[in-house]
Amino acid sequence: MATATTAGMGAGPKPASRSFSARLIQGDQVAHVVTFLFAATVLLLVTLLVIILWTHSALPRAKFGLSFFTGRTWDPVAEDFGAAPFVYGTLVTSALALILGVPLGLGAAIFLAELAPPKISDGLTFVIELLAAVPSVIYGLLGIFVIVPFVRSVLGPVLIHTLGWLPLFKGPCYGVSFLAAGLVLAIMILPFIVSVSREVLLAVPTDQREAALALGSTRWESTWKVVVPYAMTGIMGSVFLALARALGETMAVTMVVGNVTEIKTSLLAPGYSIAAVIANEFTEATSDMYLQALIELGLVLFLVTFILNGLARLLILFTSRRGGTA
Amino acid sequence: MRNLVRTVFAVAVVLALAGAVTAQGQLNGAGASFPFPIYSKWFDVYGKAKGAQINYQSVGSGAGIRQVTAGTVDFGASDGPMNDDQIAQFKKDRGMDIYHFPTVLGAVVPTYNIPGVSSDLNFTQAAIAGIYLGKITKWNDPEIANANKGVKLPADDIVVVHRSDGSGTSYIFTDFLSKASADWKAKVGVNASVNWPVGLGGKGNEGVSGLVKQTPNSIGYVELIYALQNKMPFGNVQNASGAFIKASLDSTTAAAAGAAKDMPADFRVSITNAPGKTAYPICSFTWLLIPAKFSDAGKRDTLKGFLNWMLADGQKMTQDLYYAPLPKEVVQKELKAIGNIQ
Repeated sequence: MATATTAGMGAGPKPASRSFSARLIQGDQVAHVVTFLFAATVLLLVTLLVIILWTHSALPRAKFGLSFFTGRTWDPVAEDFGAAPFVYGTLVTSALALILGVPLGLGAAIFLAELAPPKISDGLTFVIELLAAVPSVIYGLLGIFVIVPFVRSVLGPVLIHTLGWLPLFKGPCYGVSFLAAGLVLAIMILPFIVSVSREVLLAVPTDQREAALALGSTRWESTWKVVVPYAMTGIMGSVFLALARALGETMAVTMVVGNVTEIKTSLLAPGYSIAAVIANEFTEATSDMYLQALIELGLVLFLVTFILNGLARLLILFTSRRGGTA
Repeated sequence: MRNLVRTVFAVAVVLALAGAVTAQGQLNGAGASFPFPIYSKWFDVYGKAKGAQINYQSVGSGAGIRQVTAGTVDFGASDGPMNDDQIAQFKKDRGMDIYHFPTVLGAVVPTYNIPGVSSDLNFTQAAIAGIYLGKITKWNDPEIANANKGVKLPADDIVVVHRSDGSGTSYIFTDFLSKASADWKAKVGVNASVNWPVGLGGKGNEGVSGLVKQTPNSIGYVELIYALQNKMPFGNVQNASGAFIKASLDSTTAAAAGAAKDMPADFRVSITNAPGKTAYPICSFTWLLIPAKFSDAGKRDTLKGFLNWMLADGQKMTQDLYYAPLPKEVVQKELKAIGNIQ
């Protein structure tokens, strides 16, 4: 293409140069090559990560096979390892984080994009985006000093009193629990949902809103029934970004989840998550089997994230085909 | 162009010199985090006195053992001695023996939070084992109440707290529990990380003490140093002679002295539940792991010099940082063993 332009523009006897160095000096080819290399590097890193996780978890894969996914014991002394309690904990805390965080985040984004005056919107967005910069250990401290006592003395007893007949809210409440972890994670994923959703909502063309209003809808109706569906792909994207953070969150979770290797249906019970157990036990894992079992847990987390992202893509494909525009 | 050549040459010279200076007898070590404060102080003081540079990273006992076996570091440090498999692996990979040198002692204490109880509780060995096995579930259980006549214990459930991260503290505690209860030894065993039958997990001493402070009717275990520095209440534990001993630097050293007589030559010994009337039952050495041969004479001499210094002047510095010093018998044995390093 570069040669075509030079041939077209060169008005004199100078022939269009086809040599590589000449093409290279033109910006296009360089940009093409460089950006391709960057994309290839990212892909290479992911592949390398999977390869390393795979090869360094050979021992437990040989010993446990697929029963690693269903095993419920984690015994470093007897070298009996099973990932089920951690996968359960990761999924429960992330699901809880989404259930609590998405309505809050989406609501805030809608307010900031549609209903708030521009100055307030910009100011509040700036503050919310600051939340994303806070290290997760700080959220862990917030969890220990504020959320865990809150769950133990206020939220837990209230839930047991009102909804205690549900298996979700049974049992003694120590404060450290799936619920506490879900709350902390919900706070952590808020900035992602709010800032990305707000951007996406702001990008919806004004004619969409105006068309809805012209047809007689109220402000809220036009927002909820026209603008939000139009922006749904982007909003889903922000939700899955938030989910990715919640799945991998380590420090904040381990400080508030109770670190107990058990599968309990009650949200007030303590639990564990994959990232938390790896962070806790990796440095002191002495035997090879133990270390490799932890690495296999990392592989499991990778797999869980991969599956969830795949489902996310399918969901986006499904909803964009159905009604909203892409 | 000439300027460029000159700059590159100058930088190369500086780097070479820096490399030469640091290569001279600089030792690198890694391992246990429990003794990190005292090791830091020792290496700093010794380094200033003798001009040697010893670098230590507290990456954890497990990592310390792995790195010294791989040869990445010159020496390792661990709260639990290397087991036979690990020593065999070291011999296989590095073609020589590895020596254990105890440096200081650590102790683990039971800390609790029972509303209304402010005195030091006495815990029998069966009581602690039963609590952590989940067999003793209430504070007013006879096993606890009988050892604490006169203290009003509530009929509430005990909330058990343990360490979620692998640590030397858990190693010492589970080692004690294995000796206190055959049931524990069969079901759970000894390790830096075990499959705890009951209880919540807190990360680090801070996590455990935080959970215990916040949760009424809870019990947890922390390092003695941590409890002393943070002025936490902790109970007395019954030792092998039947006496209820409160953990202290003295009772910890007494435990090591009691075990010193039967100590094996390689210093790999567990001193939990040690004999002796004043011995505190939940304590342990922490070891430096030193390979038997050094190809670099500078490094070997620096290390031997450090060990000699550590066993003499170094031991005097332990009390300020709340570490219990080694008893004289062990020091004597170690001074002799230093000669084995070639």
